Amino acid sequence: MYSFDVEKPTSIAEAVAALGSDDEAQALGGGQTLIPTLKQRLASPSKLVSLSGIAEMQGISADGSVVSIGGATPHGVVASEVAQSYPALAALAGNIGDPAVRNRGTIGGSLANNDPAACYPAAALASGATIVTNAREIAADDYFDGLFTTALEEGEIVTQVRLPVPEAANYQKFVQPASRFALVGVFVAKFADGVRVAVTGASEEGVFRWAEAEAALSGNFSADALEGLTVAADGMMADIHGSKAYRAHLIAVLTKRAVAAAA
Amino acid sequence: MPKDSGIGASPKRREDVRFLTGTGNYTDDINLNGQAYVHFLRSDMAHARINSIDTAAASAMPGVVRIFTGADFEGVGGIPCGWQITDKHGEAMQEPAHPVLAQGKARYVGDAIAAVVADTAEQARDAAEAIELDMEELPAVIDMKAAVQEGATKVHDDLTSNLCYDWGFVEENKPAVEEAFANAAHVTTLELVNNRLIANPMEPRVAVGDFNRATGDSTLYTTSQNPHVIRLLMGAFVLGIPEHKLRVIAPDVGGGFGTKIFHYAEEAFCTFAAKALNRAVKWTSSRSEAFISDAHGRDHVSTIQLALDADNNFTALRTDTYANMGAYLSTFAPSVPTWLHGTLMAGNYKTPLIYVNVKAVFTNTVPVDAYRGAGRPEATYQLERVIDKAARELGVDPIALRRQNFITEFPYATPVAVEYDTGDYNATMDKLEEIADFAGFDARRAASEAKGKVRGLGVNCYIEACGIAPSNLVGQLGARAGLYESATVRVNATGGLVVMTGSHSHGQGHETSFPQVIAEMIGIDESMVEIVHGDTANTPMGMGTYGSRSLAVGGSAMVRATEKIITKAKKIAAHILEASDADIELKDGQFSVAGTDKSLAWGDVTLAAYVPHNYPLEDIEPGLEETAFYDPANFTYPSGAYACEVELDPETGKVSIERFAAADDFGNVVNPMIVEGQVHGGIGQGIGQALLEGAVYNEDGQLLSASYMDYAMPRADDLPFYQVDHSCQTPCTHNPLGVKGCGEAGAIGSPPAVVNAVVDALQSMGKDVTHVDMPLSPARVWSAMNE
Ligand SMILES: Cc1cc2nc3c(=O)[nH]c(=O)nc-3n(C[C@H](O)[C@H](O)[C@H](O)COP(=O)(O)OP(=O)(O)OC[C@H]3O[C@@H](n4cnc5c(N)ncnc54)[C@H](O)[C@@H]3O)c2cc1C
Repeated sequence: MYSFDVEKPTSIAEAVAALGSDDEAQALGGGQTLIPTLKQRLASPSKLVSLSGIAEMQGISADGSVVSIGGATPHGVVASEVAQSYPALAALAGNIGDPAVRNRGTIGGSLANNDPAACYPAAALASGATIVTNAREIAADDYFDGLFTTALEEGEIVTQVRLPVPEAANYQKFVQPASRFALVGVFVAKFADGVRVAVTGASEEGVFRWAEAEAALSGNFSADALEGLTVAADGMMADIHGSKAYRAHLIAVLTKRAVAAAA
Repeated sequence: MPKDSGIGASPKRREDVRFLTGTGNYTDDINLNGQAYVHFLRSDMAHARINSIDTAAASAMPGVVRIFTGADFEGVGGIPCGWQITDKHGEAMQEPAHPVLAQGKARYVGDAIAAVVADTAEQARDAAEAIELDMEELPAVIDMKAAVQEGATKVHDDLTSNLCYDWGFVEENKPAVEEAFANAAHVTTLELVNNRLIANPMEPRVAVGDFNRATGDSTLYTTSQNPHVIRLLMGAFVLGIPEHKLRVIAPDVGGGFGTKIFHYAEEAFCTFAAKALNRAVKWTSSRSEAFISDAHGRDHVSTIQLALDADNNFTALRTDTYANMGAYLSTFAPSVPTWLHGTLMAGNYKTPLIYVNVKAVFTNTVPVDAYRGAGRPEATYQLERVIDKAARELGVDPIALRRQNFITEFPYATPVAVEYDTGDYNATMDKLEEIADFAGFDARRAASEAKGKVRGLGVNCYIEACGIAPSNLVGQLGARAGLYESATVRVNATGGLVVMTGSHSHGQGHETSFPQVIAEMIGIDESMVEIVHGDTANTPMGMGTYGSRSLAVGGSAMVRATEKIITKAKKIAAHILEASDADIELKDGQFSVAGTDKSLAWGDVTLAAYVPHNYPLEDIEPGLEETAFYDPANFTYPSGAYACEVELDPETGKVSIERFAAADDFGNVVNPMIVEGQVHGGIGQGIGQALLEGAVYNEDGQLLSASYMDYAMPRADDLPFYQVDHSCQTPCTHNPLGVKGCGEAGAIGSPPAVVNAVVDALQSMGKDVTHVDMPLSPARVWSAMNE
């Protein structure tokens, strides 16, 4: 890696100031994406501003209808602490990477990075989450903006994620054999006012909601309601691990499984 | 009762204490005074003309000691190839020059173009980025069949084509084979790919070159399976350093799997630069670099045909293979698809007529060479897949078809130039049927079905030729080396022994198993024996470890040396006991005179050898140290039968391995626990090949699977618990221990079992699928189901 400075502020305000003072500064969450990128010399920030020493960005609170997770909370903490309040989310977090990744990687980092094969974006979108930053609150529906792109501005920090807790939910992750990220992942969340289905890993546009499935499930929350529904292969990603058609096929299979598991 | 020491016991591996507590001494742990670091600037194009390399700005960067390019190696030899193949017309293979640093052209992504030596590794890397390259990209040659078409772009302009050789084996048999096919009652044909693999040992490659100006001695520390081979190849062919001025040390090595056999340019570079700069030079491969610079394995595309008569007897076999050599010939590359592959095509079967054709092809990819099993997995995979397909076409039981065609009489001379000394293929198949619980399969299949899954069962046999190899034979076949092994046994005055072996241990447990043999021979405790290996300065010239040869060849050398020790020790004992040599018996570490109660302890005799006060000095020299070189009379032929049960998810194509059973015949077994570990590891790699691993290039020659994000290594949860058995033992008839070798068996025997099982599952769903190429990823299996 190239050399860089490191700062470890203890408040959001200090972090925002540190990021604002230098065009080339970059936030450091758990480093599970950023550090490998630096090691390969694919990025050359002048300064890393670590978010892991900021107490107000850590921890989880649940009030029954909403789970609020600090932006610097590691996946491992989410996996254990929302096990009661939002089991589908806990299961998702507990299946990211390996223990080392879960102990370092953070929800804020994952949502900021918006890897098209990442898991959290599916949960955030299906839950209708609110992404809270140092500057504003962004609805998940307005936040994700294609591969590795989000509504975040330069230097904006994800400080908290608020996820409404569904009546029933499930995440089905079909792993890519090498990376074990999602080759396709489907998060289904049933709320009193309807069902939301978010798909990760599949589309060239990144995480998306499968509107037809949502409509079908909102009337009848059962796998049977999905019978015959398919996603067009056009617009899906293709690589050595799966064709467009395969990914499109998996979306339908996994959605059914998620509904069956949630119902 | 299992023994608790000596041959047949399973003491825990003594080397694991240091390996598991982080106290091993690996090459990267070696840091010499004042050492500099090298970073290789590697081509990011698969095929390009190097118009110019401007190092001026880079040379001025902080810490830079010197930047080397191909021009600095013009007077230096190239990386040699250790095996010459003669083609079917009697011509020598085409052998391109292989410079230490690219000259004129870069020929694969990863080809080293320049080497920056600097005070720190980071400085070297910084400066490498500042080198200005003027490269003109050329069309890349990736697909083997396209590469040998008329008019294809040439990887090497000075060769006549991209065809390294066109090998026919046995060429004289060809007309008879063709006639047998013309007369066959049934012919089964199968086209298949043996997927390209990257070995990925846990420890990446490292080299440290050193030069002592006062003595003129060069030393290379390297991650090698065979330090003497590196010393000979590098000293004699590349750098012109005689062996007595060159020491090669391969200390603890964290896995090799074949890819650390070869002499690599980085080793020669570090040794050369250390002398040129009068300063130690170190290179540590990153994992990313390993993907594009370690020799890859396999990568064959084959068409195999099996002819049967009306009674389902195999009457002939023929196979055509395209074998990828990559851009240059790695050390043993030409031998892998030929002598390590063609000679195995008989398998366990008495097929009377066999013809093997292999076209070795240059492409703009990383050089390809031996990987665990080397040639033998490729042969076994073709053969066992085509037999399975034939059984389906004929509607006969695949096991019965195999049994019907088994070789049952030994020694057996195959039509592909080797003679099996012993074996009992029905015995391993019987054992397999028992441990794999074939009787319970239908119930397990029904249970899978109840879960919405489809279960399949695959069975296959394998044979391998290992204990490599009789030197005179391999010499006739084109090897530019002998393949004997050596050992010096030094007995110390107080009775302890040190064995200096030419074998090299990089995971095989020699430090534990070799002492078991000596302890058994003398009747002393294993803790009295220490194994020294991996340093050309203190071991006799040996050929190293690969081809499951260490115990069969290296162990035999050690036995021969120990026999000489015992003979001499008996003479000493006879003198002291005032008896004749012939009457001395050695048992449980005691020398006694037959028929008397006179005896002497082992330690009394060893002490007398070094304090020769009462000693037959007129007959024998003092001291107790002997060396033996052992050249095997034949290969050894381990064999076995494997079974795999898979569960297939019909909606997604995902395959999981539910059961795996292996019944092996390794002849005599010294340490059953180590043998089981070797089999487990081999099966793990074989399952990796079958389900997960695959090195994939795009048409521009970019490696798409260039990190663990895309190259799928098997993880613990991809693998089942294994049932392994090695109780069927037909000892090797020609080595003193009766051992056959077990290191590669698992990797050879397991891929066809997995693929046979998946095809069985697909067929049981009513799918007309007769083959799916490895790796059987969910996407591939799903496509096969839905075609
Ligand atoms: C081996 C391995 C396996 C993995 N498997 C999975 C998997 O199965 N599923 C999955 O979803 N992910 C997986 N990941 C990714 C992992 O979840 C990462 O933790 C995540 O993508 C990034 O989070 P981080 O906290 O490590 O962020 P970092 O790597 O520190 O940062 C990533 C990016 O986000 C920015 N950033 C970080 N925090 C914030 C913030 N609070 N606000 C604004 N910007 C921020 C950084 O500047 C950087 O651009 C895996 C990673 C590894 C190494």
